[in-house]
Amino acid sequence: MKFQFTKEREAKLPNIFAKYPTKRAAMLPILWLVQEQEGWISEEAMQVVAAKLELAPGAVQEVVSFYTMFNRKPLGQHHIQVCNNFCCRLRGADWLVDYVKQKTGCKVGETSSDGRFHLSTVECLASCGTAPMMQINNDYYENLTPEKVDKILKDLT
Amino acid sequence: MTFVLTKNCEVQNMPQLEVARKHGAYASLEKLFARQPKDIIEEVKTSGLRGRGGAGFPTGMKWSFVPQNTGKPIYLVVNADESEPGTFKDRFLLERDPHLLIEGIIAASYAIGSHTAYVYFRGEFYRQWELFEKACAEARAAGLIGKNILGKGYDLEIYAHRGAGAYICGEETALLSSLEGGRGYPRIKPPFPAIEGLFACPTIVNNVETICAVPYIVREGGAGYRKFGTEKSSGTKLFSVCGHVKKPGVYEVPLGTPFKSFFKDYCGGTNGRPLKAVIVGGSSVPVLTAEQVMTMTLDYEAAQIAGTLLGSGGMIIVDDSVCAVEALADLARFYAHESCGQCTPCREGTGWSKKILDRLEAGRGEDSDISLLLQLADNMGGKTICTFADALAMPIRSWIKCFRTEFEDHLRLKTCPMKIGTLNSIRSS
Ligand SMILES: Cc1cc2nc3c(=O)[nH]c(=O)nc-3n(C[C@H](O)[C@H](O)[C@H](O)COP(=O)(O)O)c2cc1C
Ligand code: SF4
Repeated sequence: MKFQFTKEREAKLPNIFAKYPTKRAAMLPILWLVQEQEGWISEEAMQVVAAKLELAPGAVQEVVSFYTMFNRKPLGQHHIQVCNNFCCRLRGADWLVDYVKQKTGCKVGETSSDGRFHLSTVECLASCGTAPMMQINNDYYENLTPEKVDKILKDLT
Repeated sequence: MTFVLTKNCEVQNMPQLEVARKHGAYASLEKLFARQPKDIIEEVKTSGLRGRGGAGFPTGMKWSFVPQNTGKPIYLVVNADESEPGTFKDRFLLERDPHLLIEGIIAASYAIGSHTAYVYFRGEFYRQWELFEKACAEARAAGLIGKNILGKGYDLEIYAHRGAGAYICGEETALLSSLEGGRGYPRIKPPFPAIEGLFACPTIVNNVETICAVPYIVREGGAGYRKFGTEKSSGTKLFSVCGHVKKPGVYEVPLGTPFKSFFKDYCGGTNGRPLKAVIVGGSSVPVLTAEQVMTMTLDYEAAQIAGTLLGSGGMIIVDDSVCAVEALADLARFYAHESCGQCTPCREGTGWSKKILDRLEAGRGEDSDISLLLQLADNMGGKTICTFADALAMPIRSWIKCFRTEFEDHLRLKTCPMKIGTLNSIRSS
């Protein structure tokens, strides 16, 4: 499928370029714009970005693959990232991973069959004092208990 | 805890400019612009402020390395990548007082002769980034950012930039590679960023907390800042405390505060079980036993004497329910996952360490494993492009040194002797 920025997002590009002395430096902000629009970054989108940055498509691919937050395939509607770093584990993160698996029906690294959830485990999200915690899309959920998790998942649309 | 950094962190709606101004935000700017940039650098040198990102390099000295005559632009880059396990103190400042950071950026940029500052946020800090953008917009509308700030003839643009998930991008040269639009690969130093950094121009990279201390120094002078702390470790420092502790959180204390009273008075002690070990400065620094840490004061020299580093101030409290081998295996997993892979000793060393520690913990270790781990640590330390590899070498050496018998017990018994007390079983108890 061909990729195209929406009019609104296309209009943001000049402002992004104006922040940097080189076109290439706009790479991450523009990739974020793609992911915000599509939920992931396709090969076609990378080609469009490469053209905007005046780079070879390979230069964009190597960047996309380096960063863990850029999705190279569509994930579920809600991306749930449970921290299972050492510090979170000290405060009981292990039950959280198991619990979220059970509640969403996803294994780690998988999307639920209805496409609503995608589950990942991640390393430290700078929330060690309020562990156990998870990030869903752009938001942090901290000091979690099973009851809180139930409510959070229920409230997601 | 009313000191330099967190004075207004409990104020409701502090991120709004109007509220911030009522609490004294931007009050340092009159004093700032009344003085020459080089005098501000001198003031920061006098203050004794050291970088709060981990390495503790004297800030004023770093600023004085910037060549002023190259004809190239000079950049200030603020490191808001905060990804070191156990560390969540920059986030505290970003969420509660973004105008303090902006005020610090104006002062630091003015001092080093920069007209463009970038703040590099870790990708996960979406809300913090959004809040900062909003604060910048308000400050810009009020004439605090942009052309001819407060009519003083000084121009400054501040741009917020988001990373996309990679621990290594907190290392300053990796951060610059990432900001330039590439993979986050660290670069060989020299050249140091102060000489040749972002877009091959002179660049100062400073941590969020470091920059947030600057407005106070401008207002009260370097000597005023020295009222806090010790001779060699002046000022205050944030510690983010986590793990088996009654009151986890972020605390600002004068450097030189005894750990023992800090732990009791601020943190409320452990959750009830005996203290086993403390990592005082983020996952990368050597661990200390309970006995070692109890006699230590929280400052750079005392940390060194105790055999560790203050690092980022990410303090991890570990009680006696934790198995040392499993703890180290968990830490190794992080480093194996986050190595950027450029240097063989780091890529291979972190991966092997994790494998060996996993088999030791599972009771399938081999007799030579302990010495193999120490050998791997020696191979990783100091032989790589950046100090990431040392950040696992130090924990390996220190955990084995502090808790060697536990490692030996795993070999002898062919199982984890603390099965009942491992991380896995605490959570179900
Ligand atoms: C592997 C690694 C990760 C780092 N991560 C961070 C970080 O997340 N935040 C930070 O401020 N400094 C980090 N640093 C330190 C930076 O390289 C740099 O020294 C610091 O940002 C300089 O600022 P300061 O002098 O104000 O401390 C890291 C260093 C290494 C080797
Ligand atoms: S030491 Fe490790 S993280 Fe640093 S550049 Fe080498 S491979 Fe990358």
